[in-house]
Amino acid sequence: MKILVYIDNRKNIIKKTDLELVYYAHLIAQKHGGSVDAFVLGSSEGAEALGKYGANNVYAIAHDETFDANGISSAVKSFAEDKGVDLVIVPFNSSGKPLVGMLAHLLDASSITGVLNVPEMEDGKLVFKKGVFSSKAFAYIKTLKDKVVVSLMTNSLSPEEVGSEVNVETVNLPVDSRVKVVGIDKVEGKVPLPEAERIVSGGRGMKGPENWGVLLDLAKALDAETACSRPVSDVGWRPHTEHVGQTGIVVRPNLYVALGISGAIQHLAGVSSSKVIVVINKDPEAPFFKAADYGVVGDLFEVAPKLTEAINKFKGK
Amino acid sequence: MNLLVCISKTPDTTARIAFKDDLTKFDEGGVQFIMNPFDEFYSLVRAIELKEKFGGTVTVLNVGEPANDIVIRKALAIGADKAVRINTTPTDAFFVAKQIAEYAKDKNFDIIFFGKETIDYNGGEVSGMVAAMLDLPFVNLASHLEVDGTTAKLNRDIEGGVEKVEVEMPFIVSTAKGMAEQRIPNMRGIMMAKRKPLEVVEPVDADDRIEILKYELPKAKSGVKLVDPDNIDELVRLLHEEAKVI
Repeated sequence: MKILVYIDNRKNIIKKTDLELVYYAHLIAQKHGGSVDAFVLGSSEGAEALGKYGANNVYAIAHDETFDANGISSAVKSFAEDKGVDLVIVPFNSSGKPLVGMLAHLLDASSITGVLNVPEMEDGKLVFKKGVFSSKAFAYIKTLKDKVVVSLMTNSLSPEEVGSEVNVETVNLPVDSRVKVVGIDKVEGKVPLPEAERIVSGGRGMKGPENWGVLLDLAKALDAETACSRPVSDVGWRPHTEHVGQTGIVVRPNLYVALGISGAIQHLAGVSSSKVIVVINKDPEAPFFKAADYGVVGDLFEVAPKLTEAINKFKGK
Repeated sequence: MNLLVCISKTPDTTARIAFKDDLTKFDEGGVQFIMNPFDEFYSLVRAIELKEKFGGTVTVLNVGEPANDIVIRKALAIGADKAVRINTTPTDAFFVAKQIAEYAKDKNFDIIFFGKETIDYNGGEVSGMVAAMLDLPFVNLASHLEVDGTTAKLNRDIEGGVEKVEVEMPFIVSTAKGMAEQRIPNMRGIMMAKRKPLEVVEPVDADDRIEILKYELPKAKSGVKLVDPDNIDELVRLLHEEAKVI
């Protein structure tokens, strides 16, 4: 099986999610036989690292910062056809998500988004697991076509070093663009929520945006990102980009700490894949406690600062 | 402006998810169905706002069975002008995309709207498939959309920021939170919706590309471990020694 991994390196930073992709491809190649090529869009900078985590060949396709899903998927398509690729793996993020459907059509392929596991083989066809109903359930899905395109859910596995040196080849491939990027507003220094390893999140129990200091302090102590429930973003206490839940962002951190969030089913859908959930709420009947690993029944304005202090003490700060 | 909004029917966000026939089929028993929230809150409302500003027509399109008409009528009550239902039982994303592309190919839509994904199968693939089938520019995960002449200016949510893009119409967009605010249909809208046209179109052939073999429910948590608020050091110890997350 020929596997192609799409890596977006327009910003010259190979990220942990990129290493996850090549390591995932390596595990599939190991299980079912095959090789792993990496299609690196942008620059070759840092691309040698992909070899350590499982890529056999790395092809760097020169490209500027712009993003046009049509142009990029056409380029991936012609490259994949040229190399005789059977399986294309893209990241489950703003770069990979738009490509899946387009590539499915262009390559006449089966497609699945947000896959979670190394697939099994059944009658010569790959069977993947993915979350459905916003992580309230999982589905095992058989790909019926010979060619397959999938996006890998972020934080699905921990990449390990498996290889060594890799040859990085620069390829000239035109990438057409009808969508013009005129600017980028960056939120500096923030880890995107779907990639965050620790998250501290606040709900209506925070009582108002002026009280967010206790949450920010705790997040700082834990080296965590901040998030919120839907009511909080709806009334504008926090930006909508922090809304975690079924109609917001779905997250899967190692640690999710909820302050003053009751745990409506829509919120739980967005956080249920977290490894460890800590709930701090003064209402012992809050449904979130049923989905939590650890809980503190108490006033968050007393408990959160104590927890911040205890963590700082533990870290020796 | 000639705007098309593709809407999907999904279980209500509060629905209890269960399966039948040896975990091979979704159990619709007792489940309330709604318009997919991304399609309703963001795509449909923004399309109606653009029509109110520039004039034109908002058409809603659903691929599904007659039972979906209730969801389609709601879209008309919110403010769409007319509706089309491709009369079939959707099997997978590719099948749905094929129906939409076939319908839209010769209708000269300026913008075709999709929600960023549905809340049942969470695929988010149909929009890209249709864009590839019709070879139209595609902007996905858009949280803001303005139109200026024949150019659209959009914000696209990217990791750690927002990408500002411009594209000439016609194009395809998938919408995310921030695009518009939910609208509740009023009585006048509901009455008018009954008289708006709902055209039923027969499907075209399309091959299935995936097959769902079985479903699985997540394992239940083993139960919450409660820590005394006066002994928070114990919580830190548990997170470090037992959960190993700090």
